[in-house]
Amino acid sequence: MNGGVGDPAELGPRPEAEIPPEACECAPENPVEQFLRTDRMPHIWCPGCGIGTTVNSFARALLEAKVDLDRVAVVSGIGCTGRVAGYVRLDSFHTTHGRAIPFATGLKLANPNLLVVVYSGDGDLFAIGGNHIIHAARRNLDIKVICVNNFVYGMTGGQVAPTTPVGATTTTTPYGCFEPAFNLPALMDAAGAVYVARWTSYHVRQLTRAMVDIFRKKGFCFIEVITPCPTLYQRKNRMGEGLDAMKYYKEKSKVRHGAPTSEVALTLDGDIIVGKFVDRERPEYMELMRSQLAAQLGDRYVEVEHLVCS
Amino acid sequence: MPHADPKGVLTGVHFMDGDHAACEGAIAAGARFAAGYPITPSTEIVERFAARIPTVGGVFIQMEDELAASIAIAGAVWAGAKAFTVTSGPGFSLMMEHIGFAAMTETPCVFINVQRGGPSTGLPTLPAQADMMQARWGSHGDYEIIALCPNSPQECFDLAIRAFNLAEEFRVPVMFMMDEVVGHMTEKVVIPPAEQIQIYPRRHTRLPPGEYKPFEPGPDLVPDMVHAGEGYRFHVTGLTHDERGYPSMTVAAQDRLVKRLKAKITRAADRLACYETDGVEGADVVVVCYGITSRVALRAVHLARERGVKVGWLRLITVWPFPTKQLRALARQIKAFVVPELNLGQMVLEVERAAAGQAETISVPHAGGGVHDPEQILDAIMEVVR
Ligand SMILES: Cc1ncc(C[n+]2csc(CCOP(=O)(O)OP(=O)(O)O)c2C)c(N)n1
Ligand code: SF4
Repeated sequence: MNGGVGDPAELGPRPEAEIPPEACECAPENPVEQFLRTDRMPHIWCPGCGIGTTVNSFARALLEAKVDLDRVAVVSGIGCTGRVAGYVRLDSFHTTHGRAIPFATGLKLANPNLLVVVYSGDGDLFAIGGNHIIHAARRNLDIKVICVNNFVYGMTGGQVAPTTPVGATTTTTPYGCFEPAFNLPALMDAAGAVYVARWTSYHVRQLTRAMVDIFRKKGFCFIEVITPCPTLYQRKNRMGEGLDAMKYYKEKSKVRHGAPTSEVALTLDGDIIVGKFVDRERPEYMELMRSQLAAQLGDRYVEVEHLVCS
Repeated sequence: MPHADPKGVLTGVHFMDGDHAACEGAIAAGARFAAGYPITPSTEIVERFAARIPTVGGVFIQMEDELAASIAIAGAVWAGAKAFTVTSGPGFSLMMEHIGFAAMTETPCVFINVQRGGPSTGLPTLPAQADMMQARWGSHGDYEIIALCPNSPQECFDLAIRAFNLAEEFRVPVMFMMDEVVGHMTEKVVIPPAEQIQIYPRRHTRLPPGEYKPFEPGPDLVPDMVHAGEGYRFHVTGLTHDERGYPSMTVAAQDRLVKRLKAKITRAADRLACYETDGVEGADVVVVCYGITSRVALRAVHLARERGVKVGWLRLITVWPFPTKQLRALARQIKAFVVPELNLGQMVLEVERAAAGQAETISVPHAGGGVHDPEQILDAIMEVVR
């Protein structure tokens, strides 16, 4: 799409319907197609945007992990990445800005059989939703968080985010960003996530692999995916197109599995440390709750798996 | 209608306060999930739920704030549970976005607000009824909710059940508007046997995946639901959406959806209207009141009658949708409405609108922190008939 996407809910009718169907990236024979709401294509994402690439990995990971798709629920907040929920042919919830995690918390606690995947942007998860994500990690709630980090607010037109590197220009830091950014893996590590990894949209195979890992792992798992936003971030910072971003990711990425998360902070044009940084065991929220209540209440404790009403 | 699950029903005669009774009502109604954030004077409700629900079969979680609590309940509902949250003043303000989200996504759920003095931190431990307009209009955009207002612990129990039933029937967030006095007053509460408690079941579709459209309304304008994990692969969004639940950013889609969300409630307004009256027939003046103020007002009404005034008493139980038609009919037969409330004049505006100039409307405001002195209400009544 040309120009910023803009929040359709804020900027009026979006030009989605005007794009000819040929613009759809998924060829019919694509194995990923079964995961997509093809009746909603074409999608709203700009050419060269990295979000679609991550969705490809997501679909392949679901296939590879042989997950029962009826058991998967995708929860998104608001943003370009937030639109993922609307494009996957799965039970999916497009909630409010920043609140995908608490919605997912209710969903998971009421039906622990679900594989709950939160798929959202860096601004959504770490600015407005920052409080929720650290608490979900602290609780070790069994949800899988995929954070697409494009260093800006895409949907609203490229404003500064808590991830914007110092020196980057955004529409609300026209003279350059001077606020220090979050180091997301370090934050998630400190908050208690049992799995923390970072990949870029260049690393599709590794990303797919990481997603398979977290679908199989119990507890709060977090993957940061660095992706290009050619329309806003790349352009404003003269970083070229989506392809140039791929070249940058290829050249500057250093795989360092197990790297201390304090050492993986990102800068405007420096190295991108990628890999699996944290993979540990901690009792999960539901287990803790059940064992505590069973110990205290004995026979009086009524354990119900799924809180479904009549 | 099916009846309540006996597991959750504490049948018997109790002596409990309104907060505890509301919690028991919620459990009896089938609520098995609550998310909250502590705030006076509502906290007792979640404290009781946290203590009780593991023995009934359910989950309580104390979230990190009210934004979280108010959307965690939506998540639980879409997983299949009946769910509610509980708060007061500042917490209610934080929940506004998710009242709109629940209205837009037609998520049946209950918000309990034990009102305290405001604005801001105001009077944390003292009563008010100053969130009545916020309950109706607090979230952005056009939408409808239902709001109920109990005036005793017994009614906290009974009406909490009704709140859940209405939420399910209309797929709408229901505001349960208590106040600090009703929340903290202790009285006799009779909890009937489970088989005498009727429960409105989840409107689950009978259609198979493929045929089912998540937001296709039935004849009553309310669509049937499904839950995550059942194989429907459905989508729910707070964006304007079509019958399939897909975002649809057109004027036509907006018109269709928003008008339906409104009409499903307004069309049922007569059936939803619920109020109690005393001596309204042949009255010159009618005192319109709700919540704790209704009990103070009744005393004023008795005093006025002792002085020979023909005065009636009308207590709103369903506050929203406002019973406009019923009050308009009444306005034709009386001289004036007197409206005492623990705010500087909120529901009086609705009474005035309903009266449409056919009867005078007198506000008896109170800034909150206590209840009216019956004399204040009596004076207003006497003033009108002078
Ligand atoms: C409460 C609220 N505040 C602000 C917005 C406007 N808004 C929509 S998306 C967004 C930021 C999204 O950024 P990010 O999460 O990084 O996702 P991206 O679009 O970059 O994928 C904002 C501020 C909103 N929808 N709701
Ligand atoms: S993130 Fe950037 S490139 Fe991607 S859709 Fe949004 S504005 Fe376009």
